[in-house]
Amino acid sequence: MQLKQTLDSLNNFLPETTIIITLLVCIIADIILNKKSPITSLIAIAGLLIASYFVSLQIGIKTSIFSGMIVVDPYSVFFKFLFILSTIFVIIFAYASKEMKNSGHKNEHVYLMLSLTLGAFLMSSSINFLMMYLSLELVSLSSYILAGYTKKVKRSSEAAMKYVIYGAASSGIMIYAMSLLYGFTGSMNIFEIGRFLTSNSAGSNPIMIISIVMITAGFGYKISSVPFHFWTPDVYEGSPIPITAFLAVTSSASGFAVLIRFFSTTFLKSYEAINGNWQIIDGVKWTEILIVISVASMIIGNFVAIWQTSLKRLLAYSSIAQTGYILLGLVVANQAGLQAMFVYLIAYLFMNLGAFYATIMISNKLNSDNMEDMKGLGYRSPFVCVSMTIFMFALSGIPATAGFVGKFYLFSALIEQRMLWLALIGLLNSVVSLFFYVKVVKYMFLMRPDTGSTSKIQYGFGNYVVLLLLAVPTIFFGIYFTPLLRIAEASISMFGIK
Amino acid sequence: MVEFNILGIGILSWMIFLPVLGMLVIIFIPKAYENSIKYFSLIFTFLLIVLSVVLLLNYNSSMPGVNMPDSFQFREKVSWIDVPIPAVVGEGKIHIDYFLGLDGISLPMIILTALISFVGSIASFSIKRNEKGYYVLYLFLVTGMMGVFCSLDLFLFFVFWEIMLLPMYFLIGIWGGERREYAAIKFFLYTLFGSVFILIAMIALYFSSKDPATGLHTFNMITLMNPAAIIPGSILGGIGTSFRYLAFVALFIGFAIKVPMFPFHTWLPDAHVEAPTAISVILAGVLLKMGSYGIMRVSYPIFPDGAVYFMYPLAILACINIIYGALCAMAQKDFKKLIAYSSISHMGYVMLGIASNTNVGFNGAIFQMFNHGTITAVLFLSVGVIYDRAHTRGLNDFGGLANKMPKYFAVIIVAFFASIGLPGLSAFISESFVFLGGFKNETIRIITIVSTLGIILNAAYILWTIQRLFFGKLPEKWNQLTDINGRELWSTVPLLVIIVVLGIFPSLFINLMTSSVNQLVNFIWHLN
Repeated sequence: MQLKQTLDSLNNFLPETTIIITLLVCIIADIILNKKSPITSLIAIAGLLIASYFVSLQIGIKTSIFSGMIVVDPYSVFFKFLFILSTIFVIIFAYASKEMKNSGHKNEHVYLMLSLTLGAFLMSSSINFLMMYLSLELVSLSSYILAGYTKKVKRSSEAAMKYVIYGAASSGIMIYAMSLLYGFTGSMNIFEIGRFLTSNSAGSNPIMIISIVMITAGFGYKISSVPFHFWTPDVYEGSPIPITAFLAVTSSASGFAVLIRFFSTTFLKSYEAINGNWQIIDGVKWTEILIVISVASMIIGNFVAIWQTSLKRLLAYSSIAQTGYILLGLVVANQAGLQAMFVYLIAYLFMNLGAFYATIMISNKLNSDNMEDMKGLGYRSPFVCVSMTIFMFALSGIPATAGFVGKFYLFSALIEQRMLWLALIGLLNSVVSLFFYVKVVKYMFLMRPDTGSTSKIQYGFGNYVVLLLLAVPTIFFGIYFTPLLRIAEASISMFGIK
Repeated sequence: MVEFNILGIGILSWMIFLPVLGMLVIIFIPKAYENSIKYFSLIFTFLLIVLSVVLLLNYNSSMPGVNMPDSFQFREKVSWIDVPIPAVVGEGKIHIDYFLGLDGISLPMIILTALISFVGSIASFSIKRNEKGYYVLYLFLVTGMMGVFCSLDLFLFFVFWEIMLLPMYFLIGIWGGERREYAAIKFFLYTLFGSVFILIAMIALYFSSKDPATGLHTFNMITLMNPAAIIPGSILGGIGTSFRYLAFVALFIGFAIKVPMFPFHTWLPDAHVEAPTAISVILAGVLLKMGSYGIMRVSYPIFPDGAVYFMYPLAILACINIIYGALCAMAQKDFKKLIAYSSISHMGYVMLGIASNTNVGFNGAIFQMFNHGTITAVLFLSVGVIYDRAHTRGLNDFGGLANKMPKYFAVIIVAFFASIGLPGLSAFISESFVFLGGFKNETIRIITIVSTLGIILNAAYILWTIQRLFFGKLPEKWNQLTDINGRELWSTVPLLVIIVVLGIFPSLFINLMTSSVNQLVNFIWHLN
């Protein structure tokens, strides 16, 4: 019986299995092949594509496997596609990056990225504290190594060290909170915890608020929300840019995956959304906590970003602010908010990866990511800079970009729930954010280049293709966003919730 | 005419997207032919004029529009976004239309936009640096402006309203004067700040509405004007509730920044002074009108209760605009800044007309929008003429130009007198209509009387400017100045002709909009 169940489970575990196999093949290939070979990357991409095929077979399935450890549901399928897409992009980025080439490594980053993706897959589908913790650690461990990838660069090692220390501390806090909850409710399974809290009406027990805050520390660290964000700027600045992009998109999306599932299912009264609104167990105050975190992330992220001169640091603070926006979709605690978050996450994938890729291309040529060095760059490499402009405006939420659609739906969800103040704070924040996003544009186009650096910069054809692959969806989904909405709508269904 | 297609595509879509076509053409012009870019821009903007003449010829001025969906002309309606959203019972669908149409309020604005775009295109010939980028952005700007005036769906309206900021930012920021970076970002941030409030009001309206025909929330402006489409008990339900007033104020802030109304006006002098001539022309000629147009198209008919409730404060703000703008203009030593402040003053007349809530006032306001567009365009072009030659705009640096540049003097004197509101020129009619309207409304009668002070101030600073520029002794250093040239005449004289003709036959213009204006006024008062 047990064996049969495990075998059945394995059937629904094919995407993860594929990634594990790909990872192993990559290691072997890397041992055999010489250093500069792109074949490892190609194998990884092929493996991810196969995995995406297996994920596509899971569309519409809603079941739990491995005796209630992880689930397969539309929600996790959405995130798996998101992770695959961003990992493929980042592997390409890493191949294009000069920083990575000069790191003196073979292709270790490829299998580290794969293992991170594996962890992210598991994070998006776990419904058990143990599994949540283990997968989160898998993601973290992979990202520590990636952050210190260029180990000869001092900043990179420093970044990795900081990352490890913050990571260890926050996951320690989180697992303590989980043990508290386990001791209190007698279960590791989020549904059983919910059931226990409902039947004992224990939602307002002080232990709840303590453990929720502490668990938020663990997840909040992954999504780099204030006040768990202190590692972000240093790590983003110290790591090679492709790794930064990977952390900013895949790793933080995995944080969102587990965070959303944890909050939206654990504390549900009836596992049923009435009129789309979640029925939260009485006394559990997670929305209030998240409102504080979200507003703080937006304000601190946006205001600190204004003073940055390094493009990477600017993007780091912008990511913190973006985290704040995305969280707004969760605090409304209904299906519309969740849908808005999904729309935003897709948009975020394209615009943020795009911004990072443009940064890679710029710093490849300038050997710097300081904005002072980018004066007049728009006239030297117009294509890259126009794309960068698109991504910047998308991140600040100007219409006719995917970023606007994301923000529009987030704020719609808020206003529908009459959280007008929160919507106003968020929108005013996006005005502030425009200031520093436009600063990048200002350096590229409004300022004239310094004398002596006016020659045109040439890039390979492939670079332009990748840039287009990111810029075109950013605009297209801004003008015609039906596909985004449909994907989001199909994905909000979670295991265990009617 | 209800629908009008060219090659299967509606004429309004042509007007909006023809410039985009022009952009593509310009982007793909090979390097060897880059000198001809400006002519392409000229051709495409001229086509807009041709199309607007076609619109005029086919326009039926007896169909009022405003809140009656069937009497909008040249309508186009295509479903744009249509997605069910889960679990929200009953209204589980997101629906946004690509919905265009014209009535007597938007038609004058469309004509103005086409006209000013063409004139601006001629004025752009003096741009020498990076022409390709300039004209691409310029045409993109025209698309945004056209889109705002044609949209009847609030979402679409908002998208055009916002994307127009991008080209403007670059046009001021790259081709502008010394403090261009500051002026560009100031303009951008101010307008975006206003847009935030428009967005909130817009979303609140969406969730408070229910299209009686389909049972869905809607962004359709005309449906939103229908009181039956507002769900009782929703955020903006009922009449005269505090949330409705708040929403009116939110929309007003968004639009007032664009007008610009005191105290949101401080971006305007900076933007005007730093922008290149053609962009100043667009800015004063069309962009400012988007604000007052928004108030007439969106705020007033959707919130008629707010329109009446806030009549008094609006009139006070308008009065401040008129007098404060004129006083500031009087204090300027920079020619361009003077015109910029005079714009603030003249847009005050528009707002006074709008605040009056009377037929005469509304007629005056729309006519003043048009006249201010044409007159200020000539004035900014004239500033460009003198600046291109002398590289200074200081009013005190000149004198005695009347003998040196007689043709220039002739052009500018007509525009100046029109700006003062001399009888026989177009602004006389519109300004007197505004004051008539204001006087007719008892609530704001006193304010109107105070506002007439603006006319005197207006005449004072204009006459003083004429004196400083054209009379007295010509300084030695300007002996080399040449008179206005053919291209510059081509950009100004057609506008002067319009100013004179409309001054003599205002009914040509007013007949276009009377039925719409009557409809709007009746609609507002009917609901109060």
